[in-house]
Amino acid sequence: MLSGQVVLKIKDLVKNYDQRAVLKGLTLTVSQGEVLVVIGPSGCGKSTLLRCLNGLEPVNGGQIIFEGQYLTDPQTNWSRIRQRVGMVFQNYELFPHLTALENILLGPIKVQNKSREEALAKAEYWLNRVDLWDRRHSFPRQLSGGQKQRVAIVRALAMDPEIMLFDEVTASLDPEMVREVLDVITNLAQEGLTMLIVTHEMAFARAVADRIIFLDDGGIVEDSTPDVFFQNPATERARRFLNIFHYDDIHKPNGSLNLAKNNL
Amino acid sequence: MDLDFILAKGPIFLAAAQLTVTVAFFGILLSAVVGLLCAVVKFYRWPVAHRLVSAYIELARNTPLMVQLFFLYFGLPRLGFIWEGQTCAILGLTFLGGGYMAEAFRGGLSAVGKDQVEAGLSIGLNRFQLLRYVIVPQALAVSLPAISATTIFLMKETSVFSIVALPDLMYVAKDLLKEGHSSETNTLLVASYLAVILPISLIFAWLERRLRFAGFGS
Ligand SMILES: Nc1ncnc2c1ncn2[C@@H]1O[C@H](COP(=O)(O)OP(=O)(O)OP(=O)(O)O)[C@@H](O)[C@H]1O
Ligand SMILES: [Mg+2]
Repeated sequence: MLSGQVVLKIKDLVKNYDQRAVLKGLTLTVSQGEVLVVIGPSGCGKSTLLRCLNGLEPVNGGQIIFEGQYLTDPQTNWSRIRQRVGMVFQNYELFPHLTALENILLGPIKVQNKSREEALAKAEYWLNRVDLWDRRHSFPRQLSGGQKQRVAIVRALAMDPEIMLFDEVTASLDPEMVREVLDVITNLAQEGLTMLIVTHEMAFARAVADRIIFLDDGGIVEDSTPDVFFQNPATERARRFLNIFHYDDIHKPNGSLNLAKNNL
Repeated sequence: MDLDFILAKGPIFLAAAQLTVTVAFFGILLSAVVGLLCAVVKFYRWPVAHRLVSAYIELARNTPLMVQLFFLYFGLPRLGFIWEGQTCAILGLTFLGGGYMAEAFRGGLSAVGKDQVEAGLSIGLNRFQLLRYVIVPQALAVSLPAISATTIFLMKETSVFSIVALPDLMYVAKDLLKEGHSSETNTLLVASYLAVILPISLIFAWLERRLRFAGFGS
């Protein structure tokens, strides 16, 4: 899996917000089928990194090369790229005026010009896989957080993306719903979908990742396998970061971390 | 109360009401189109257009309809534009209404979050599709009370049309008042406006209730 061909290459990526550098020359290569989990302290630029990859943030320097195409070229047709780069947000961001099914069909039908039948068949397949086909006519407000997030994942998958970006997709969920969403992602990982996942769920990160990318201060501090990173991190910064979660582990016996760990 | 008079003059009011409704219908429809376009221009802050639109909105909202109609009907013909009374009335109503509708839509558009925009972009929607499928439907729901209020306000403003010699309800009533029968005429006038405006109020109230049940937007 790790020897697959390169899907995404990020070279010396620089991103500033009002003169302040948030990403300071970040370099990263992602191969076909790899699952990268990006972790790091709050404000270190995890979301910014993902948002640069689908053009929600303009970049200030360096290169992003996706399937041989330079996304840092100002001529980039972002609508085309975004069809191939799926994004899932922390707060679901389903369209509240559309049903779950309509949310999912919008992209395939209007952007990709697929026939309704074709789009519907795909939506049915994915909704069944996340156990929500029965709820297809529900509006977002009628769904629980976990259900909304599963619909949001299907909305992205319905476009047939080559890579998926997940930005703390369980951070707004009640603990008992975290699991159902993480299960879906784990499933996708096992099928070989290429993914970049930002999360604070360490047990999940460890279980799902091929590589852990530890980001701090605008750059990659560690890039290693989960076993190495969690058992024997190379840097003091990573160790300090991981200690925060040990505290959580000890003091939250029924918290989502343990729940996820026991069941994965 | 002279019922015979009321019955005799009823058809005149009916015809006048028809005219009022026609002018109001086209004027308000065009207002909504103009207003939505202006609101979108302001929403995206398109460089020059955005200023022009702001200036227009201020002008439309801060001058009386009567002054606007005078300008259209008596001012422009001197520059070579000749308007028929009805066209003039529709354009006048549109000019006034566009400004108010723009404000009504603007409130709704600004209520649609940046995150919704990004979610739409993330599935590859282009700018137009984003407006059509994500932003405007949500904005409409939020703006509906303001749109409803503006519509009814504009319906009432049509009473000013009699000054451009359009035989609308107000014009007909003024004409009849010259013959006396003031209480009957007034009754007919009030009844006619109610008959025209009340159903519209009710339709909007129903729409608002439905959208509240749908429960999104606000
Ligand atoms: N639109 C913006 N304008 C200015 N500064 C921003 C903007 N977005 C993010 N930042 C800043 O950039 C830095 C990186 O933000 P980012 O959201 O990428 O962090 P993060 O790693 O995702 O953090 P978290 O774990 O809290 O989500 C932060 O210091 C943040 O305050
Ligand atoms: Mg973030």
